[in-house]
Amino acid sequence: MSRIERTFNALKEKGEKALVGFVTAGDPNPEMSMELIRAMCRAGVDILELGIPFSDPTADGPLIQRSSSRALAANVSLDTVLEITARLRNETDVPIILFSYYNPIHAFGTEKFYGKAQAAGADGVLVVDLPPEESDEMTGCWNGGTFCLIRLIAPTTPQPRMKMIAGEAGGFLYMVSKTGVTGSAGLDVSQAQVNIEHLKKITSLPICVGFGVSTAADVSALAAVADGVVIGSAFEKLIEENLEDSDLVTVMEEKVREFKSATRVSR
Amino acid sequence: MTDHISSPMPNDDTAGPQPDADGHFGPFGGRYIAETLMPAILELDAAYRRISPDVGFQNELTVLLNTYAGRPTPLYHAKRLSAGLGGAAIYLKREDLTHTGAHKINNTLGQGLLAKWMGKEKLIAETGAGQHGVATATVAALFGMECKVFMGIEDIQRQAPNVRRMNLLGAEVVPVDSGTGTLKDAMNEALRYWVGAVEDTFYVIGSVAGPHPYPMMVRDFQKIIGEETKAQIQEAAGRQPDVLIACVGGGSNAMGLFYPFLEDPVEMIGVEAAGKGIDTPQHAATLGKGAVGVLHGSKSYVLQDENGQITEAHSISAGLDYPGVGPEHALLKETKRSRYVSVTDSEALDAFHRLSRLEGILPALESAHAVAYAMEEAAARPATDILVVNLSGRGDKDLGIIFSTMEAK
Repeated sequence: MSRIERTFNALKEKGEKALVGFVTAGDPNPEMSMELIRAMCRAGVDILELGIPFSDPTADGPLIQRSSSRALAANVSLDTVLEITARLRNETDVPIILFSYYNPIHAFGTEKFYGKAQAAGADGVLVVDLPPEESDEMTGCWNGGTFCLIRLIAPTTPQPRMKMIAGEAGGFLYMVSKTGVTGSAGLDVSQAQVNIEHLKKITSLPICVGFGVSTAADVSALAAVADGVVIGSAFEKLIEENLEDSDLVTVMEEKVREFKSATRVSR
Repeated sequence: MTDHISSPMPNDDTAGPQPDADGHFGPFGGRYIAETLMPAILELDAAYRRISPDVGFQNELTVLLNTYAGRPTPLYHAKRLSAGLGGAAIYLKREDLTHTGAHKINNTLGQGLLAKWMGKEKLIAETGAGQHGVATATVAALFGMECKVFMGIEDIQRQAPNVRRMNLLGAEVVPVDSGTGTLKDAMNEALRYWVGAVEDTFYVIGSVAGPHPYPMMVRDFQKIIGEETKAQIQEAAGRQPDVLIACVGGGSNAMGLFYPFLEDPVEMIGVEAAGKGIDTPQHAATLGKGAVGVLHGSKSYVLQDENGQITEAHSISAGLDYPGVGPEHALLKETKRSRYVSVTDSEALDAFHRLSRLEGILPALESAHAVAYAMEEAAARPATDILVVNLSGRGDKDLGIIFSTMEAK
């Protein structure tokens, strides 16, 4: 059983939903990033999504764009992200999903990426600009291990396409709550609920909802309807606002704790 | 002349090579975009395939191209320019004479009309030099649509007159300060905006770049350049040309000229911007110096570092200042059907002055790159050879830059 499956099973037993925490790996620099991610783990994050910084993140809003720029300014590459992943894997059993645009993986080499990501202890990858139509070129060399390709379902995705995507997905499904880039305002929980109900009919994979989730209230509202909640921009905002603050790590830990407790809702 | 006008007929029997159903030109092209945009892109692809062959659509577009954009554009034998070089004859395809002053209008009329047929009432566009932005704003005004144009702050400065033109046409110019504040960032921002507005907004991409069907569709709307050229050179010279030359940023004017000739025995040369030199970091020679990668929705050549981060392009010409290039050009390079060369900022400036003085034509700095290489190529060829250069735009928008380079001397 994969780490991701084990995580969702354990959460189910506890009557909790997954808190999926995204940060750009290496933001603001690799050492501080390690400290921040450790704090997230201490505070109970259930799944880590580590962003591989990219110069042209077209699906991301300003907060994640700037986090990507900070990491790039600190010379963070895919190699660095894999080093961070390997170091974390020595310390924690929390599932780690790498989040990337396709070009850094393409430049690295898709086969090399598959080998090195697994060796570092990553559990899967989400490539935001690689739809099912194009993903064979990345997954063609995959040989059926537990390393999974996390798929996105958008609010615009028609039902037949949902079925096609869910059929090829692994780990969990990442449901985008709203049209727009990451960090957009205006979460619509009832719309998310409708989409989740559609999805539940066609997949047994856990469903995690992200985009536009910024408060503990958002988290608990979504936790009532989904299997997990993804938070990214809110963490990047916190990092950005506390860059000069010596309490940054503590602030992060408290924030994650607050979000995590909002996932403890039983249906 | 009118009997030589071919109507734009995408996917018709006379069309050349086509991408596969998912938009792959060999190993290039495709659709590398966020899931939120996929349904819109699939809808666009289906709508394009359904609407573009429709006779009513074609007729409406042809009337607009002829009566509004000023087609067909002349093919002009630049005798004084040619004579001074002592070699082959240079003909200029005068896209600079279209309404709005560049070939961009061919595509924006096509996409704008498609948007209208699809029932979309809002247009967005990215722009570098401002020509595509102006051409989109023009079409939005013509069809009574809302229009937002994303433009890098660097380009807003160097192409100020075009910003004002867009405003006069009723479009909103959205300044983009992320990244390098140039065309690539404008396209990033347009894509981000589109992700949030995809349900009622049509994204008018200005080049043969982006996810499928854009590279195919934009080429189809631009191929009228090559179709007219074929007929016009036959009439003027009694035969087909030996060489076609066009500048390449994203590559739409070049694809438009080249495409109808792909199966013919004609040499093709795409001219990229070498900026301050292709051995410096400041150039935009994507096909010459880039590597295969994925940017803005398609796989093609990209200027990037060893980690797959997109690097900054440089050219004195805002329209060529782009680190990507259309996927069909990548294929033409790979198959060696077309040759890609580059011309520096200063060579392009020299060509600008030469064409102005010798022919009374002020070319856009983009087009001046093609003229610069054509001068070199013509000089090395016999007088019996014929070169056709796509003079893709007029130079008025560049006067500020031209004057400042003259003052600096």
